[in-house]
Amino acid sequence: MRRKMHVENKPKNAFKTLARMYKYMSGHTLGLVFAIILIIFSSLAGIIGTSLLRPLINNLMNNIKLLMDAGHDASTAKEIIMSGVFDTLVIMIVVYFLGALSTYFGNRLLLIISQKTTNRIRKELFDHLQSLPVGFFDRNTHGELMSRFTNDMEHITMALEQSLSQTITSAITIVGTFIMMVYYSPFLTIFVILMLFVMLRVVRFVGKKSAENFRNQQKSLGELNSFIEEMMEGQKVVKIFNHEDKNLSEFEALNEELRKASTDAQTYAGILMPIMGNLSYVQYAITACVGALIIANPVNLAFFAMDVGTLASFLQFTRAFSQPITQIANQTNTLLAALAGAERIFAVLDEEPEEDNGKTTLAMAKRNENNELVLVDKPFVDMTQCQKENLIPVWKTPTPEGYKLTELKGDVRFNNVVFGYVEDVIVLKNLSLYAKPGQKIAFVGSTGAGKTTVTNLLNRFYEIKEGSITYDGIDIRDIKKADLRRTLGFVLQDVHLFEGTIKDNIRYGRLDATDEEVVQSAKIANAHSFIKRLPQGYDTVLTKDGINLSQGQKQLVSIARAAISDPPVLVLDEATSSIDTRTEKLIEKGMDSLMKNKTTFVIAHRLSTVRNANAIMVIENGEIIERGDHEDLLELKGRYYSLYTGMSELS
Amino acid sequence: MLVRLIKYFKKYKTYAILCPILMLVEVLCDVLMPYMMALIVNRVSDTVRANTSFTNEDTRYIITVGAVMILLALIALLCGALAARLAAAAAQGGGTELRYDLFKQIQTFSFADLDKFSVPSLITRLTTDITNIQMAGMMSLRMLIRAPFMLLFALILALSINSELALVFLVAIPILGVALYFIIRTAHPRFRKLQKKFDALNASIQENLTGIRVVKSFVREDYEKEKFKKSNDDFTNTAIGAVKVVIFTMPLMQLVIYGCIIAILWFGSGMVADTTITRIVTGAENVSGMQAGDLISFISYVTQILISLMMISFLFLMFVRSKASAERVFEVMDTESSIKDPENPVVEVKDGSIVFNNVSFRYEEGKGEDTLSDINLSIASGENIGIIGATGSAKTTLVQLIPRLYDVTKGEVLVGGVNVKDYSLKSLRDAVAMILQKNTLFSGTIRDNMKWGNEKATDEEIIEALKQAQAWPFVSKLEKGLDHWVEQGGANFSGGQKQRLCIARSLLKKPKVIILDDSTSAVDMATDAKIRASFKENLKGITVIIIAQRVRSISHCDRIIVMDDGKINAIGTHEELLENCEIYEDIYKSQQEGVLADA
Repeated sequence: MRRKMHVENKPKNAFKTLARMYKYMSGHTLGLVFAIILIIFSSLAGIIGTSLLRPLINNLMNNIKLLMDAGHDASTAKEIIMSGVFDTLVIMIVVYFLGALSTYFGNRLLLIISQKTTNRIRKELFDHLQSLPVGFFDRNTHGELMSRFTNDMEHITMALEQSLSQTITSAITIVGTFIMMVYYSPFLTIFVILMLFVMLRVVRFVGKKSAENFRNQQKSLGELNSFIEEMMEGQKVVKIFNHEDKNLSEFEALNEELRKASTDAQTYAGILMPIMGNLSYVQYAITACVGALIIANPVNLAFFAMDVGTLASFLQFTRAFSQPITQIANQTNTLLAALAGAERIFAVLDEEPEEDNGKTTLAMAKRNENNELVLVDKPFVDMTQCQKENLIPVWKTPTPEGYKLTELKGDVRFNNVVFGYVEDVIVLKNLSLYAKPGQKIAFVGSTGAGKTTVTNLLNRFYEIKEGSITYDGIDIRDIKKADLRRTLGFVLQDVHLFEGTIKDNIRYGRLDATDEEVVQSAKIANAHSFIKRLPQGYDTVLTKDGINLSQGQKQLVSIARAAISDPPVLVLDEATSSIDTRTEKLIEKGMDSLMKNKTTFVIAHRLSTVRNANAIMVIENGEIIERGDHEDLLELKGRYYSLYTGMSELS
Repeated sequence: MLVRLIKYFKKYKTYAILCPILMLVEVLCDVLMPYMMALIVNRVSDTVRANTSFTNEDTRYIITVGAVMILLALIALLCGALAARLAAAAAQGGGTELRYDLFKQIQTFSFADLDKFSVPSLITRLTTDITNIQMAGMMSLRMLIRAPFMLLFALILALSINSELALVFLVAIPILGVALYFIIRTAHPRFRKLQKKFDALNASIQENLTGIRVVKSFVREDYEKEKFKKSNDDFTNTAIGAVKVVIFTMPLMQLVIYGCIIAILWFGSGMVADTTITRIVTGAENVSGMQAGDLISFISYVTQILISLMMISFLFLMFVRSKASAERVFEVMDTESSIKDPENPVVEVKDGSIVFNNVSFRYEEGKGEDTLSDINLSIASGENIGIIGATGSAKTTLVQLIPRLYDVTKGEVLVGGVNVKDYSLKSLRDAVAMILQKNTLFSGTIRDNMKWGNEKATDEEIIEALKQAQAWPFVSKLEKGLDHWVEQGGANFSGGQKQRLCIARSLLKKPKVIILDDSTSAVDMATDAKIRASFKENLKGITVIIIAQRVRSISHCDRIIVMDDGKINAIGTHEELLENCEIYEDIYKSQQEGVLADA
């Protein structure tokens, strides 16, 4: 069973989505109305132009004889006739010219409106994503979210830029042409209506078949693509096992399946145009034939009225009639796909942003002569700023009387914390622990035991179910999220660096850091020595996800990034796992100075990082089963002891 | 390039030839329609003008012409529909063959070739690029003949009706042609730029998604928003700049068509008037000349001719676009595998002895520094060898030369006394099992995955291998046992479990040499020890090479190689190395305090 992707292309609630779409176009209402008017005019121009054929031809057909019978000589007769033709043509020129002009300006307006609208949706979507809780990104794959930005957005652009105007044009052309046809010859229109039924049936049938076969094609394509993806990723393993031939035959089968499916799908996609086009020629033939016959055998009823000029116009209308039907059939799919895409985008926009009701914020204070904290009336920038100005960073909690100041120290406590990522599955059971300012706490345990979870609760990536976590005695739910996270430094095992220079990446920790400070923190992380050996030093540009640095080097850069932000609490989650033991030894000093005077939570599998912790917590199945310092735990001869001596397994 | 592409449509030759022929028939029918319509209208207008009554013959004439028209339209319908089917079959079929060949070519690629192309780029070539070529193929089959011939036939018929009036086209076609040329020439580079901006925009979104935890940890949401706003606005402006050129096409087309119609009506009306006057004056009904029906059919030809012209320009655009795809596909096709079987390959690997003679290696020929230099090494068959060294000391590079995943730059590597270049790749790699650091399991059952090692392996053999790799304890606990489903990349197993499954898979090959490249890093010490013990017991006579970070994983080996910066620093037993190798001693000491368990 390979990965199957199925994207629904029908909106669930078209009207609601449409109304909401319209909100993103607000400010463009006038432009939109104007654009639509222009497009309507542009399609009307075509119809008016064609209907002008009637007086022109009739003038030619009938008037010459009348004029000559009335005694005009040949050249005067021609002159009079041609001046009539000229008058009609002048109208035609004006109408056509305005028509082409409004086509251009209508489309131009729609282009700008659609681009501005998608720009706005894209921006809002991106901005909203920034505010969503981390859990959202766990539930949705990057591929899915990316397709909101790519496929769905593209559908919307297409719909606004092209389908909208084409649908309007088609609709106006169909209705306008039809009205003109009825007006010119109700009798001939009867044949048009009959043919219309046939055409609609064809459109319905082919449309249904087409949709069916496209689904099959998408399915086969998805299967083949995921096979290709999997095998390309594993190509080296394929080679080692001499598995190329077997692979090839499996590929062949999937490839063949796709061939069959896509041949059918493409057939139905390609078949509509020739069928509709030629059915309209059948109609053309019938019109010419029947029209000619009733001209020749006039029936004295308005219903059957017909002359050569009318027939000429009618024939042109017949040709103009079928194409918009095909168009509408095609555009409807695009419009529906766009609405479905918009619906998916709106679903993301409807996701609740991270809860953030905290009122306690960071501020700066100094001590007065009574050793009391006094607020300094300056906005808090960062820790370094406080240091430079010799001020004390504090938590400012509003109270009914005014506010309360608490010094920022880095005292962290978990009180009976219960947590699960999903309902009913408890990951952490009644967990309590404390870390006094400057203490180093280590977590040890199997993968999945809940070590990383503990740290993810601290920065409120996830919200706890029961219990509380306090920071300097304040419940973290009462602290403004941004300020809480400013006081926490994270170095994670799976390092993520951004595209840009190394300098920029380190500076991500503190945007206004000077070059000297960047170098300084790189030195702390022991990253300076390898950075300065790079061809462009600190200005070396990292490509996507830092591919041109080794995993170990990336970890060093990320340590530097955390060092520069200088927070009172540090979390090191397997921060040195990809650094070999010798190098780790080298950066030990740097790490020590990084952790100095900071409350530090360490998750590591190497004892060198863990053993000098003030307290080591052994976590199994979401519970702390042992706690104490290294010696205590060895003496206990429990889980820690057996892990240490390698007697039991961590899976 | 086109010739090469056409080769792939050989199997669908009949379709590919028949399709344009059918198209030709359709075009002929379509073009004849206005012409025949003119016959009817002319006949009627004659009688109307002459005020004579309609004879039965006239009626028969009109009905006959009308019936022929309907027949032609139906023939055209059939041809058009059938051609659509044939075009789809041929294009999809040819594309399928092309994709197959491409995949086959990639299967022959060496590691170096794979490194050169990168996985995502190969995936794009197999998917998007081939699809582009298929679409272009299908459109060409249907339009490449249709559009020019439509233009030609319509022009011929227009000329035959009235050659003077057809001069209008002589003016209109170049005007439209030149204008389209300028539109395409201006728009094309702008769209290329737009594509680049689009890719950049997506890359930045992707990056943000991957790094969302970092963004949040550092409270950089606003910074990211600001950054995104810039590239978003940039993209929008580029898009407007590109599309605004294209939207000239439609009104331009209208202007030219309308212009033609007006010119034709003006000149044509004069001609019709002349004909009528002549006929009235002479009283002769058979004076030839422009008539009303002709005028109407001329207007139909305006649309047919000019739309064909536009179609041709679109085809041209599509060719340009798919040319890039075809080039990317053929770039892969033209890359000959850098590692191939020799002429008369040795097919039997006698034993597991390995010799490196003055081996130097660099990943990119002629570029950069040697990754390995002056390696001399001799390993006896059945020996147990450990390799240790810092990250980047070229441990992996060294062992990759043994199954000839890469070719040496200088010197030679012998396995079983024969240069690896003299073996057939299949026999060499069957004899040398290597467990890669970055190993992959594939979607399928555990049994499916194990059979990669030996397709004919029985369940007993599989279980035996799983036992030896210490994987049986957890596999046997799975509800479905060997039938347990493995997700793509083995995502539903822990790192340690995956590694043990990969070891078992390799054991099933019954190799003469087995290489473990840090393959037990996620396995706990106790299990690691058990694997080592089982290797000792079951793999007698088989050369075992273990790369490890942990001294404990290799301290038992017969000999240990210490790598440092692409060179062998020292070789010896654990005790010897502790005595005289500083690096080894350092590593040992740094791990002395023990390792809890690798993640």
